[in-house]
Amino acid sequence: MKKALLTGFVIVSFIVYSLHQRSDGSAVVIKPSSTPAASQTAAAPSSNTSSSSTTSTVPAATAYKDGRYTGSAADAYYGFIQVLAVISGGKLTDVQFLQYPNDRSNSVAINSQAMPYLKQEALQAQGANVNIVSGATDSSQAFIQSLSSALDKAKS
Amino acid sequence: MGMPINVVIEDEAADEAAFREVRDYFHYVDDQYSPYKPGSEVSKINAGLPKSKWTTEMKTVLKLCQQTKDQTGGYFDVFRCGRLDPSGLVKGWAINNAARLLKKRGLKNFYIEAGGDIQASGRNDQGRPWSVGIRNPFNRDEIVKVLNVTTEGVATSGTYIRGQHIYDPVNGHAEIKDVASLTVIGPNIYDADRFATAAFAMGQAGIRFIESLKGYEAYMITSDKLATLTGGFERYAETAA
Repeated sequence: MKKALLTGFVIVSFIVYSLHQRSDGSAVVIKPSSTPAASQTAAAPSSNTSSSSTTSTVPAATAYKDGRYTGSAADAYYGFIQVLAVISGGKLTDVQFLQYPNDRSNSVAINSQAMPYLKQEALQAQGANVNIVSGATDSSQAFIQSLSSALDKAKS
Repeated sequence: MGMPINVVIEDEAADEAAFREVRDYFHYVDDQYSPYKPGSEVSKINAGLPKSKWTTEMKTVLKLCQQTKDQTGGYFDVFRCGRLDPSGLVKGWAINNAARLLKKRGLKNFYIEAGGDIQASGRNDQGRPWSVGIRNPFNRDEIVKVLNVTTEGVATSGTYIRGQHIYDPVNGHAEIKDVASLTVIGPNIYDADRFATAAFAMGQAGIRFIESLKGYEAYMITSDKLATLTGGFERYAETAA
């Protein structure tokens, strides 16, 4: 069976696409042909792409001046994320969210009548051999972006 | 902010033109609806473009936004601080439309995934349902649930941030700590995505909202590392891939 895989990376200002065709089922890694700012990296992992671990730029050590630093507002697709980084004793001690995507408006009465069937279970790691991964990637990347810019300010 | 898009087509008939069409379509949507592009219609509307000059498609999208707001008790609102930002609806809408483009080409077995939201169709290369892993909100490299879907939409709303204080900017800076992620399965990604977005904003009540919708199932992960499932959820999870 013919299989084709295409990965794209839509950026606010431009789009990068690459096309890869393959004839057998062996794993293929597709990456955008170019990646913009490093803090945005990482195509969403699927079974075919190696899970591209986005290394956050949160450093551990003591390179920062004490103070409170506001990061840039980063687009999390559903809205903006903007954080405030608090540096104390040269270390990152707190991160507060100044902006967070939230569509909540006025108070609402949700019909809570229908709920007899909910079940619960503990989280358990599963085999990673899946076709597609669903997850909210946007928020975390925007978070990393905003925090990075806050920490950049703390350095200077 | 980038949004990764994956398109996989298993049909013999898949050709580059099909991919190109999907790519061009997403490009078009981004150009038209991005609130961050000064030339987009959304930006022009925020800059005061009179309603008489809005495109028919924009009016349709805004009608869908209003409809969604009504259906979700106000939890889905595309006007933030008085500015139009229909991104929360447009993403699922665009994936759904792109899937229609592929169907129109006679393609049956494929998926389109954009930023963790998925429209699947038909079967995978093994002739089985597509397996969709739900990412662990506390460990990005881990899958905590595997679903098997054929022609359905799967959307996850959430925050993959651990140990941070997340404040609700609207309701007096109350801390949002309950729901780490909420995954919704529905008949298509348009509906799954908009309901997942609204339900996530509802906090723990969100899964009850999904439970009250016919044809939708959800998997909610809370900060205590427990998952709550809607009544019919397990039928997607039971047949192990």
